[in-house]
Amino acid sequence: MPVQHIGTKKVWQRRTHGDRFRIWALQLVLVVLFLLAWRLMNENTMWIFVQDAPRQAVDIGGRMLPPRWSYMERLWIPLWDTLNIATLGTLLALLPAVPIAFLAARNTTPSVRFIRPVALLVIVGSRSINSLIWALLLVAILGPGLLAGIIAIAFRSIGFIGKLLYEAIEEIDISQVEAITATGASPAQVLEFAIVPQVLPAFAGITVFRWDINIRESTVIGLVGAGGIGLELSHSLNTLAWPQVSLIFLVILGTVVISEWVSARARHAMI
Amino acid sequence: MLHHPKQIQAVSQYPTRWKKPPFIRRAWLRYGMYLFISGYLVLGFTSVEINWTRVAEGIPRGWIFISAFFTPDFLSRSSDIWQGIKESLTMTLTSTIAGIALSIPIGVGAARNLAPAPIYLACRSIIAITRSFQEIIIAILFVAMVGFGPLAGFLTLTLATIGFLAKLLAEDIEDIDESQTEAIRSTGASWLQLINYAVQPQVMPRLIGLSMYRLDINFRESAVIGIVGAGGIGATLNTAIDRYEFDSAAAILLIIIAIVFISEYSSGFIRNRVQ
Repeated sequence: MPVQHIGTKKVWQRRTHGDRFRIWALQLVLVVLFLLAWRLMNENTMWIFVQDAPRQAVDIGGRMLPPRWSYMERLWIPLWDTLNIATLGTLLALLPAVPIAFLAARNTTPSVRFIRPVALLVIVGSRSINSLIWALLLVAILGPGLLAGIIAIAFRSIGFIGKLLYEAIEEIDISQVEAITATGASPAQVLEFAIVPQVLPAFAGITVFRWDINIRESTVIGLVGAGGIGLELSHSLNTLAWPQVSLIFLVILGTVVISEWVSARARHAMI
Repeated sequence: MLHHPKQIQAVSQYPTRWKKPPFIRRAWLRYGMYLFISGYLVLGFTSVEINWTRVAEGIPRGWIFISAFFTPDFLSRSSDIWQGIKESLTMTLTSTIAGIALSIPIGVGAARNLAPAPIYLACRSIIAITRSFQEIIIAILFVAMVGFGPLAGFLTLTLATIGFLAKLLAEDIEDIDESQTEAIRSTGASWLQLINYAVQPQVMPRLIGLSMYRLDINFRESAVIGIVGAGGIGATLNTAIDRYEFDSAAAILLIIIAIVFISEYSSGFIRNRVQ
């Protein structure tokens, strides 16, 4: 126990001298790094614009209010598109994500040395690229529209669903697999009767969770031309129609809140 | 007699073959779900208009892009790429540190067992507001306010970090072992001493883990918010794709994947060590 002697009195300390010094040094390093990064980052910052920021904020806020409620009638179809992008994108992602998860899980993969790394690479590649970047790419390749959005959402979801699902598969109870194997079941039957029932609730939960995230993301991927309500947002921003922008923000907020509620209810009912 | 016909009949009323129980037990709910899902799928697919000629034109372009991954061009845009990476990395670091510094007081304030009701409500509403919009929307607003460049990105990511970290920290503090706070309180400790000796040691490992995780997320996001002008590698990537310079775009994507991979691996390593 670290104890400091002050005269004849012994005083308890939480940390030893060495520990305190190490923490202090770490904090110093962080502060120095922060300052260095701050300087590097703001090399090209126009501080005149920044000084103007409060006035700009008040100005934009003033232009945003009140929202142009009549614009709502033109938002229903983009909203439906947004829902379709998220839902169809999630469903499309399931087709490759489920087999990839089984190939990536240590206990179900046919080959730990050759196939598992490939499956993990697909998962990492899909996960490290945000759906907005996927959308940017796919709009350049397939042209603007819903299809690019659906595929972008699907590409990003493959890694997410694949990763969580393969972790769930690796955590299954092995005794059930042994019991089914002991009845003389074929590998396919073991999969169907021992593994799938154990991961099915997790699978359903992961899918609904990803659908909820996809609703969030599909509201903004229109900014790069991939359809949905983000496309309207981009039009309104480009024409500086701030009352429309604020209405779209409110609609996005409402959609996100509803989808979060739906997914919470659905996951609660399943798990 | 053992095999009385009546007895046999009574036994054979039970199914002789075992069937897997269905995932949704209530039949009406199950068939209702099937009906709803198939109805939605029909509606959904018919409302997606696909311009097949445009898609057909795109396929060779897709191949060019995929093959660009095998011949990435790091050189012809190297100064832009370097500038973008520099902005992304500095933005990530500063916003994570500033975000942690701000989310600790807010997180403590949003923990029901430490804060009085008015402060609790105020901090919870700050968290709710910062969490309600995606980073890219906040970035649009900050770009409109402070102009193009990484400062807008820094502000966006700081706000996003607060929403993430303060919420999880508050939930963590609410879950701590109360007996330790009681013990410290019974020594006559002040509120600050209570935080320092009873709360902080319990939440510190998770706070470090979450901060590392957030560093990771902030880098990924910094690659995205550049699309709306908030600085970072996203802006460079956007320009490369707009010009159909797929080999430069592939180089940037490879750099992003590599940095994400390194940061995920090292943050996982640090999280394992502190927890």
